[in-house]
Amino acid sequence: MERVERTPAFSLGYVWERERFLAAVMIAPAALYTIALVGFPFVLAILYSLSDATTGDPTVRFVGLRTYGFLLQDPVFLKALQNTFVFTFASQILVLVLAKILALVLMEDFPGRRLVRFLILLPWTAPISLSVIGWLWIFDSVFSPLDWLARSLGLLGRPEALLGPEQNLYWLGRPFLAMASVVLVQTWRILPLATVILLAGLTAIPRDILDAAQVDGAGFWRRLFQVIMPLLLPVMSIAFLFGFVFTFTDMTVVYVLTRGGPINSTQVLASWAFFKGIEAGDLAQGAAIAFFLFPALAGLSALVLLLARRAEVS
Amino acid sequence: MERLPSLGKKGTIYAAALFFTCFSAFPFFWMLITAFKRDHDLFNPENNPFLFNEPATLEHLRLLFEQTLFMKYVVNTLVVGGAVVLITLVIAIPAAYSLARLAGRWGESLGIGIFLTYLVPPTLLFIPLSRIISMFNLGESLWSLILVYPTFTIPFCTWLLMGFFKSIPRDLEEQALIDGCTRIGAMVKVVLPLSTSGLLTVVVFAFTLSMQEFIYALAFISVSAHKTVSIGVPTELVRGDVFRWGPLMAAALISSVPVAVVYSLFLDRFIAGLTMGAIK
Repeated sequence: MERVERTPAFSLGYVWERERFLAAVMIAPAALYTIALVGFPFVLAILYSLSDATTGDPTVRFVGLRTYGFLLQDPVFLKALQNTFVFTFASQILVLVLAKILALVLMEDFPGRRLVRFLILLPWTAPISLSVIGWLWIFDSVFSPLDWLARSLGLLGRPEALLGPEQNLYWLGRPFLAMASVVLVQTWRILPLATVILLAGLTAIPRDILDAAQVDGAGFWRRLFQVIMPLLLPVMSIAFLFGFVFTFTDMTVVYVLTRGGPINSTQVLASWAFFKGIEAGDLAQGAAIAFFLFPALAGLSALVLLLARRAEVS
Repeated sequence: MERLPSLGKKGTIYAAALFFTCFSAFPFFWMLITAFKRDHDLFNPENNPFLFNEPATLEHLRLLFEQTLFMKYVVNTLVVGGAVVLITLVIAIPAAYSLARLAGRWGESLGIGIFLTYLVPPTLLFIPLSRIISMFNLGESLWSLILVYPTFTIPFCTWLLMGFFKSIPRDLEEQALIDGCTRIGAMVKVVLPLSTSGLLTVVVFAFTLSMQEFIYALAFISVSAHKTVSIGVPTELVRGDVFRWGPLMAAALISSVPVAVVYSLFLDRFIAGLTMGAIK
């Protein structure tokens, strides 16, 4: 408004009206696009989850919460729900620990730093479905280089070997190892993102705070835990939140590596919703499964809003 | 800047850098080796898989380009990416300008609201969207992706551009307004030329985000000739029990590296966009 007062060439009321109008016109396409292709499908998903619609018969006939009730009794669904939390928290805790170390390393100056940075960012910058194909070949049941390494170190393939007498570990063929594999690949994928977010936070810590701590006689670990960590907390929570969203709701790693197998031991909500809703054509069940992702996401959005507002105030 | 303990500091840093680099780059190194290895060398469990036990070969690349639809996938990806970039620019530029300059106080909240739609995951929407796509008879067509991808590029790019526009001093536009420009005129003649790097960032992200997308493409398209690289390579080159690992790894490597290079150059801006407001 002050802007208008400073430019007396315009009639105040006229410009105010016109700018409000122009603002609305310019934002309308984006708003309409979002309403039509995010808002409307979202409502449709709720309707599907309360109906018995299938791709063969997509009419929405309400059956109430029947589908949700059915899901809560379905062992595969419960397994997928549990796996989603294991998959998300195991990978994100690993990511935070490793990202903290990696960010401290990348703060240092050393020859070849730019190349190292490019290579370390690769898991995030390369298209995920293609890089996971690389992992699929690394976890191959017969030609896995990891197995070859274990065999040549004598850890595998002999009667008294530590990892067993068989020639291969069958990474993706055994429930525990399959889960460990998808967690490893997801950690690998999110690590660069978290690292770069933490790096941005680390560089923002004022030098003199650290100098003052050092002058006061605080050693490396004391400075790390009592000065840096508290200052870094908001950034770490941001890194965790994004890692959480991109892991909790994703199915790419699971789909490409295991398709949820063996026997649903790596099935997550997102992949199970895909198999039910798209491949089997059960719209109601698919939508209901996907909806179990929503409470966690809504909570997260509230947190992001809160953080954003707090940053605005300060 | 915090420093690691000085005791064996250099060594510790080199060791850690080496470890993380190997961890991150290993799958790509593996693609590179596999792409040039003969099948006979590749499929012998006794051979050291880290070395070329037989001379290298270009056979896999020849197979990839001559006997698969790989080039078709690349073209499809470029078409979808190009169209998504255009739609994104046309819709996000006015929206971002409006939020940054015209909308006043509610612009801030609306901006955050738009950004939050970026966090609505494909997995929540792919089922209803697949119905909408088939209602409009767009199933199996690249148009389905061109229509749907802007749902995540528009929010993110509007948010990014909003930040760029805000960093341009208002005085410059006001001068143009006094000189008789219209609002739109001032935006096109004054603000856009000053935001070239912001616009470039938006082009890069709209393109890379749509190139990397996997879930919608998987849900909407199953005809081989209409697939993009991100689903064509993992689903078409792995058929039944026959894994053509050589061509497969070549395809994955060839398509990831250019995207990764461009993305890396702009990654800091991507992060700044994600964390805008939280890190000052």
